[in-house]
Amino acid sequence: MDNESTYSGYSYKSSHSRSSRKHRERRDRHRSKNHDITNRGEKSVIIQAPGQQLLDTESTRGDDRDDNWGETTTVVTGTSVDSISNEDLTRISKDLEDSSPLECRRYISPALGAILGLLSLLTPLAFLALPQLLWRDTLDPCGTPCEGLYISLAFKLLILLISTWALFLRPPRATLPRFFVFRCLLLALVFLFVASYWLFYGVRVLEPRETDYRGIVGYAASLVDALLFIQYLALVLLEVRHLQPAFCLKVVRSTDGVSRFYNVGQLSIQRAAVWLLDQYYSDFPVYNPALLNLPKSILTKKMSAFKIYNLEEENGTNNSTGQSRAMIAAAARRRDNSHNEYYYEEAEVERRVRKRKARLVVAVEEAFTHIKRHQDEEMATSSPKHPRELMDPREAAQAIFAPMARAMQKYLRATRQQSYHSMESIINHLQFCITHNMTPKAFLERYLTAGPTVQYLDSSRGRQWTLVSEEPVTSSLRQGQVFCLRRLDFSLVVTVTPLPFLRLGEEFIDPKSHKFVLKLQSETSV
Amino acid sequence: MSFVPGQPVIAVVERIEIKKLRHGDNLILGFSIGGGIDQDPGQNPFSEDKTDKGIYVTRISQGGPADEAGLKMGDKIMQVNGWDMTVVTHDEARKKLTKKKEDVVRLLVTRKTLEEAVKHSKGKYPRP
Repeated sequence: MDNESTYSGYSYKSSHSRSSRKHRERRDRHRSKNHDITNRGEKSVIIQAPGQQLLDTESTRGDDRDDNWGETTTVVTGTSVDSISNEDLTRISKDLEDSSPLECRRYISPALGAILGLLSLLTPLAFLALPQLLWRDTLDPCGTPCEGLYISLAFKLLILLISTWALFLRPPRATLPRFFVFRCLLLALVFLFVASYWLFYGVRVLEPRETDYRGIVGYAASLVDALLFIQYLALVLLEVRHLQPAFCLKVVRSTDGVSRFYNVGQLSIQRAAVWLLDQYYSDFPVYNPALLNLPKSILTKKMSAFKIYNLEEENGTNNSTGQSRAMIAAAARRRDNSHNEYYYEEAEVERRVRKRKARLVVAVEEAFTHIKRHQDEEMATSSPKHPRELMDPREAAQAIFAPMARAMQKYLRATRQQSYHSMESIINHLQFCITHNMTPKAFLERYLTAGPTVQYLDSSRGRQWTLVSEEPVTSSLRQGQVFCLRRLDFSLVVTVTPLPFLRLGEEFIDPKSHKFVLKLQSETSV
Repeated sequence: MSFVPGQPVIAVVERIEIKKLRHGDNLILGFSIGGGIDQDPGQNPFSEDKTDKGIYVTRISQGGPADEAGLKMGDKIMQVNGWDMTVVTHDEARKKLTKKKEDVVRLLVTRKTLEEAVKHSKGKYPRP
């Protein structure tokens, strides 16, 4: 009944565990572990990362309550004990690639910006303080106007500080392949500004020991004004300019064709890519390689039937292209019923999934009726009769998990999702739902539909994506551009189209002009 | 057959007498009417003036009493048994035609060919 029997003909390569902690699960044909690692070229099964347990009905037949249910699987030995198979190697390298924990490159740009910002904030204070420290006696006394300037300077610096903190001191969410043009421009501008102000200050004030203190204070105030304007420029360039939508991006996932359309503003390709990936993680359903292909039983039937005999002279040239062409032509002409089988197989799978879903829903509903939130008032009435045992959510979840476990396993196997949900995660989710008074339907929402990828991520590791583009990635979006965002086993193909120019016209309707006539035309026989 | 509001309507009419036929429990005349002051006059295919809200004969069943009496499709009914039919609702017209106590209806109908016939014979438009 399940698909497993068809694939017993495959040869499985196997490996022993790198860490001796777990036995690997073998029986499944499913080739994916958490979300994005497959090894298409190898006919092998990719193994779990350590720390996750699997659901498996075949091995734990009777006892669903076994805590070590991932462990009672059989292991088929193929290679020798000491070797690490290819899949382990790729997985190790992939782990290294995937995680970008404490790379230094990530923090260079923010560090630079922070230094420059600090410098520019301290500069006006330095401008004010240096004359006072160095030649205080010879300074002109400066009364009320200076104090007014002090106050305005202080508030402007405060505002600058707060807005810098709010806008720019955020942890960076992505590293871009090329320089972020606007940010570099702004950093350069700030640097230039501050440097030229210092230059002027050094030449005109420090050297001749200028005595007009009010002028100096005014000079510092003008620097702060200029910094505020630069910050305004930064705000507009970095945050505001791309808010008005200008392009529509169509994103298609190359492996299963899931597509979405997004509206973005004027951005460079790399910034648009980062924004898109943010949307990808919460909009696209998770990539499940197990759901992709037509079952092999349908596809392989086509190629088996023909053999080519060469009836010409033996020393003639071996016309291999002619042979293959003839084979293809003959295969095309042959009556092809594979669509029929595909249709019936699809219908069968759908029916099976629906049956298991029905069983699951019933089991979960029943399980939830076993449990009830304890009200404190009841304690007084029921305590003399029979004290009920109070459980915390974890125990309650474990108690009601047992009757629904089998139905849940079968359903997850039918929808090929069992690699995404381990028993532990199901119990955690159940505990979560019980704590927040959710109904069985709310509990099941997570399993009935394939959620977005972000639901299955562990956010401790970064994600490595490659931007593939024919144009330099700092150029801005244009009509007709196509670029790809590639991961190891799938890619997102992005097409850019501009949003149409809208000509909005106006038509005024007088409210009194809504008049009606009857359109009846009855005909009566007499 | 246009009319000027406020002036009396002048038309050449034909007097047609139809005997109702007993068909089961009903007395039928054998034709269908359309029009009325509560209907949309623009949809009348038989009227010349599309603001004419009079009652028109839209269909005649073959061999029925109306057919035998000489009623034609497209006739405008001006009077039924003395009751005016030019300014009535559709339902009132139907009621006047289907009174159970009356066996026979006397219609005054007009059509374009009548006027033309009179014009031909007299040589000029009939005047009051």
